[in-house]
Amino acid sequence: MKINWFKYASPASFYPLAGQLVPKFAAVAAVLVLIGLYVGFFHTADQLGGSNPQKEYYRIIFVHVPTAWMSMWLYLVLAGWSAIGLVFNTRLSFMMANAVAPTGAIFTFLALWTGALWGRPSWGTYWDWDPRLTSELILFFLYIGYMALHSAIDDSRRADRAAALLAIVGVVMLPIIYWSINCPDPNNCAALHQRSDPGSIHASILIPMLLITLGFWSYSFATAFMRLRDIILTREADSAWVRDMLLEARADTGGGSGTSSGVPAGAGRGAV
Amino acid sequence: MLEVLDLSCRRGDRLLFSGLGFELPAHTLLHVRGRNGSGKTTLLRALCGLLQPDAGVIRWRGEPVTELGDDFNRELLYFGHLNGIKADLTGLENLRVAATLDQDPVTDAVIIAALAQIGLAGFEDLPTRMLSQGQKKRVALARLILSKAPLWILDEPFTALDTDAVALLEALIAGQVASGGAVVLTTHQEVALTQGEIRRLDLGPAAPQ
Amino acid sequence: MLKVFWCILTRDITLALRRRTDVLTTLFFFVIVVSLFPLGVGSERELLRLLGPGVVWVAALLASMLALERLFAADYDDGTLEQLLLAGQPLSLLVLAKVVAHWLLTGLPLVVIAPLMAMQYSLEPIAILVMMAALALGTPVLSLLGAIGAALTLGLRGGGILLSLLILPLYIPVLVYGAGAVSVSVVEIADTQPYFSLLGAFLVAALILAPPASAAALRISME
Repeated sequence: MKINWFKYASPASFYPLAGQLVPKFAAVAAVLVLIGLYVGFFHTADQLGGSNPQKEYYRIIFVHVPTAWMSMWLYLVLAGWSAIGLVFNTRLSFMMANAVAPTGAIFTFLALWTGALWGRPSWGTYWDWDPRLTSELILFFLYIGYMALHSAIDDSRRADRAAALLAIVGVVMLPIIYWSINCPDPNNCAALHQRSDPGSIHASILIPMLLITLGFWSYSFATAFMRLRDIILTREADSAWVRDMLLEARADTGGGSGTSSGVPAGAGRGAV
Repeated sequence: MLEVLDLSCRRGDRLLFSGLGFELPAHTLLHVRGRNGSGKTTLLRALCGLLQPDAGVIRWRGEPVTELGDDFNRELLYFGHLNGIKADLTGLENLRVAATLDQDPVTDAVIIAALAQIGLAGFEDLPTRMLSQGQKKRVALARLILSKAPLWILDEPFTALDTDAVALLEALIAGQVASGGAVVLTTHQEVALTQGEIRRLDLGPAAPQ
Repeated sequence: MLKVFWCILTRDITLALRRRTDVLTTLFFFVIVVSLFPLGVGSERELLRLLGPGVVWVAALLASMLALERLFAADYDDGTLEQLLLAGQPLSLLVLAKVVAHWLLTGLPLVVIAPLMAMQYSLEPIAILVMMAALALGTPVLSLLGAIGAALTLGLRGGGILLSLLILPLYIPVLVYGAGAVSVSVVEIADTQPYFSLLGAFLVAALILAPPASAAALRISME
């Protein structure tokens, strides 16, 4: 079967599809996160790999690690949609990037918060300039920068494209920034560099972590699509299909409230 | 020379015009008319490539301008609402920079002659911030005398000019058309041509706000 | 091509020399910020020696960023930027010329005055030399990266504050290795070599990648 992908590249046809998908993703997210948390809290041994006994507070990693993963993945998603938008000049891609950004920022913030909560009992301080958490902080700044630039520009087209370029610059700079934070002394890098290898994590810990990560992915889809629907409606308030839809909705509710997008389209016609 | 097919532009989320098409051969002046907010400036900026149109193609000598890039820009002279001259530079320095950017180096004597022609003899060594609005505009218009570009795109060039300068500018535009160039301009006044052809393009009314 | 580059470079320098206050403001901002720190943290010599490299670098970051706001703003306001975009010359080249001029006017003075600032923090002569070299390599990177931000925030209200939000996180690698080189030079001068290699690599990469990015940003902002 051949699917016409470009059909969904237009905001008008994507709007109803997104509407159908939101509740499904939200349900999947709730189920996966609940199962993951349940397994992590009640069916995982009180240890973090090896024979090193840990206190119960270690269970915060079931939230901390997935949020940190998500924060980085979503920045890549953001930059990816931005690049697609700039190359193919598709408005929906920019809207997508724009809808993902707040979710990414929230995950980054959660990763920082849970990191601080983890740090207090284990290192005796909320903030230790740990390289990974510091990188997470910088990532948070990048998200904030993206959103601040987008909202500072009134013209939606310029806002989309400028913020997209910033996201791409950010994604090019991120590895360099991460590296400079992880290795401030280039003579002596190995000592500071933390390694993590998913294979070394015990399966009983890895499985709930992955479940929660998948749940967070679903949550990201749900919130991004919700936001996307808002963005599409605001941006396309002028267009015929939004007006038709609003008229239909008003007819269904018996023509009640007087909400109107009443800006007539100013389509001029040229003639020589 | 210039050919526009099915052009549509939006400003923000508002569609200004769509399905716009015209052709502009040599020896022609295109007079773009329309009310405030009808998209005259947007059209002119789209023609220069300063603004990406929403849809449509603009061709210069048969090739899309998006592919020509800098080659098209070299054939083009744009005169916008802003004069594009530095207040801290003298008229001579301003025009010298403009000529270098056009890769059309001219001697100072030629520039001074151009400034004299436009009525600024003796002002060439003054920083332009000392000049009046109209005089600043004249410095910018001296670029038209020096320019060898076949396509001129002029956005409201007559504002802030006195009658002498208006007559001079009309003569310059007529000269450009007569010598085989093309001119696109927006203005609220009529321009007389002795040679060549005037076409008119009316943009629809702005959306009532 | 070279002629156009030279033309824009000399034009910007001429303009700046006719309005000298802009250049001097940046320089004095740098001097004041660096001089305020000892008043805040106390004038204990050992502490200052430890803080010196970082403080001078952070001040240089801020000074270069403040100056960046004006990089394209004046040309934007009077319409010359429009003419640059339509000049029929590679825009990256014109941007590079403007950035070089900008660095000569705001970055180079910081490099020159840095020894004076370093003395306030009782840094050793060798550390002062390393600091000058690191600033000479690092501040051009700041100008090049900052140009992207300046182009993106062109003509926006509150552009200056926004610019700092966008650009300061990108300055981190230069800050880390620039200040690191000075700190390390006090211990063992031979250890500074990898720092300089990295700063040099940043400079080369920024010279190649930043002007096209700024040019693209300018085209977006000028629409």
